[in-house]
Amino acid sequence: MGLFDKFGKLAAERASLCDSQLHPFGIRIDEMYSPTEGSIQGQRVILAGTNNYLGLTFDPDGIKAAQRSLELEGTGTTGSRMANGSYAGHSALEDELVDFLGRRSVIVFSTGYVANLGVIGTLASAREVVLLDADCHASIYDACKLGGAEIIRFRHNDVADLERRMVRLGDRAREAIILVEGIYSMLGDQAPLREIVEVKRRLGGYLLVDEAHSFGVLGANGRGLAEELGVDSEVDILLGTFSKSLGAVGGFAACHDAQMDLLRYASRPYIFTASPAPSAIASVRSALMAIKERPQLRRQLWSNARRLYQGLAESGYQLGPHASPVIAVMLKSPHEGLAVWRALIEKGVYVNLVLPPATPGAVTLVRCSVSAAHTPEQIDQIIEAFASLRGPMGLVTVGA
Amino acid sequence: MITQQAILDRVMMLIGRFAPPGTPINPNTDLAQDLGMESIKVMDMLMELEDEFDISININILMDVSTPAQLARAILNLMEHADGTV
Repeated sequence: MGLFDKFGKLAAERASLCDSQLHPFGIRIDEMYSPTEGSIQGQRVILAGTNNYLGLTFDPDGIKAAQRSLELEGTGTTGSRMANGSYAGHSALEDELVDFLGRRSVIVFSTGYVANLGVIGTLASAREVVLLDADCHASIYDACKLGGAEIIRFRHNDVADLERRMVRLGDRAREAIILVEGIYSMLGDQAPLREIVEVKRRLGGYLLVDEAHSFGVLGANGRGLAEELGVDSEVDILLGTFSKSLGAVGGFAACHDAQMDLLRYASRPYIFTASPAPSAIASVRSALMAIKERPQLRRQLWSNARRLYQGLAESGYQLGPHASPVIAVMLKSPHEGLAVWRALIEKGVYVNLVLPPATPGAVTLVRCSVSAAHTPEQIDQIIEAFASLRGPMGLVTVGA
Repeated sequence: MITQQAILDRVMMLIGRFAPPGTPINPNTDLAQDLGMESIKVMDMLMELEDEFDISININILMDVSTPAQLARAILNLMEHADGTV
C-alpha cells in the first residue's frame, strides 16, 4: 500500500467535482491590486472571500511600519520566543493589547491556529472536560484533541443544550471549559454570549471565546463580541488572530488573570514554534492603532455588510441568519455551489466555496466576506453578479 | 436495569436516521467504511445518543468505536459509571 493511497477517496471526490483547471481548493490569486481587487487567471476580480474585514492589508501606515521593521530587524526571527528570545516588537504588541483589551495578560502566538493549540491544548489536559459549540472551528477541535481533554459537544448556539450537558456533568461542570466563537466563520452568526454567561454564573466553568472573526469588527472599541454584549469581565480568555481584521499573520490570547503568563512555560505550541516575523508584528501594531483611532472603518464595514446582505436577500438567496461581515449563501448541492462559484469569477467576483462535511447541516455554502475597503459600487457589483445567476422563477440558472 | 441488547436496538434505530436511506445496518456495520458517515455526522449522532441515554459521551470515543455493537458496549459502560445501577 502506498503512502498516499488512503487519500484515494478524497482524490476521487475532488476529481468528480472539479473537471477543469479552475477549482475552488487550488485557487491562485496571481496579482493583488488593492485590499479588494486582484487577478485570477487573467480575470480582474473583486475580492469578497478574504477575511480582510477592515481592508488594512494595504494601509500605508502598516506598510511603512513593516518596511521599517524589515530594514531594522530583518526578514525573520529564525527561532522560538522561548529558545531564541522575543523581539522588542513582540513584547510591545503584547503590552498594547493588554492596554487595548483591558486585561492583565496577553500572549502573542505565531498564528491564530497556534494560539488555540497553545492555550486550549495546554489548559484542556487529560483530566479536564470541555464543552464545545458544535460549529467551532477546526483549530478548537484540534486543540482539544492535542490536550487530551474529554470533549462534549453542544448544539450550535443552543444555550439550553449547553446547560443540559453541564447539568449531566454534575460537580465537574464547575471546572469545565466552555468554548465558543464571537462570530462563526461558516454562517456569520454570533454566540449568545449573555445567555452563556448566565449559565456559567449558575453552574460554573471557565469561558473561552475565540474572537477571530469579531475582533476589530464588534464592540464600541472593536474588542469583539464580549465587549459588544457587555460581558467582557465574565469571559476568562479571549482568543484572536492577526490574519483577519489586522491584516497580517499571528494570534493572541488575553486573560484577566495575570497567571496566564505561566502558559509560556507549559504551552508546547508557544515554546516550539518560530515567533512571528518582526515585519508582521510591526504592521499588526499599526493596524491595532487604526482600530483604536479609526472607528469609521467598523462603521463602513457594517454599512457594506448590511448593503450586501440586503441585496442578496432581495435577489432571493437563502442566507445566514443575519447581516454580518461573513455572509453565507446557501445552495442546493456541491455541484450547484461549484457552478455558482465559477460563474461569479467569470463575472469578476471572487468568493469562497465551502462544501460538506465542513459546513453546518451539510449544506453547500458560497461564503462572502465583506471589507470596509469595498466601495458601495463594488458591493453593488457583487449583488448584481449574484442576481444575474437567478432566473425568472428565482432558481439559480447555472449548474444544479 | 437496561441490557446491552436493548441499548444496541436503540443505537441501531438512531443510526438508521443518520445513515443513507435503505442501507442495511447490522451490529458490526462500520459507520464510516460501510455507511459512508462523515465524522461530523457521527459526532452529531453522539449528541443524540447522549440525550437518548442521558449520559455524557466524549467524542474521543470515536477513536476506539466504529460499529453499533462497539457503541452499545461503550454506552453500557458509561451508564454503569454514571449511576452504578446497571
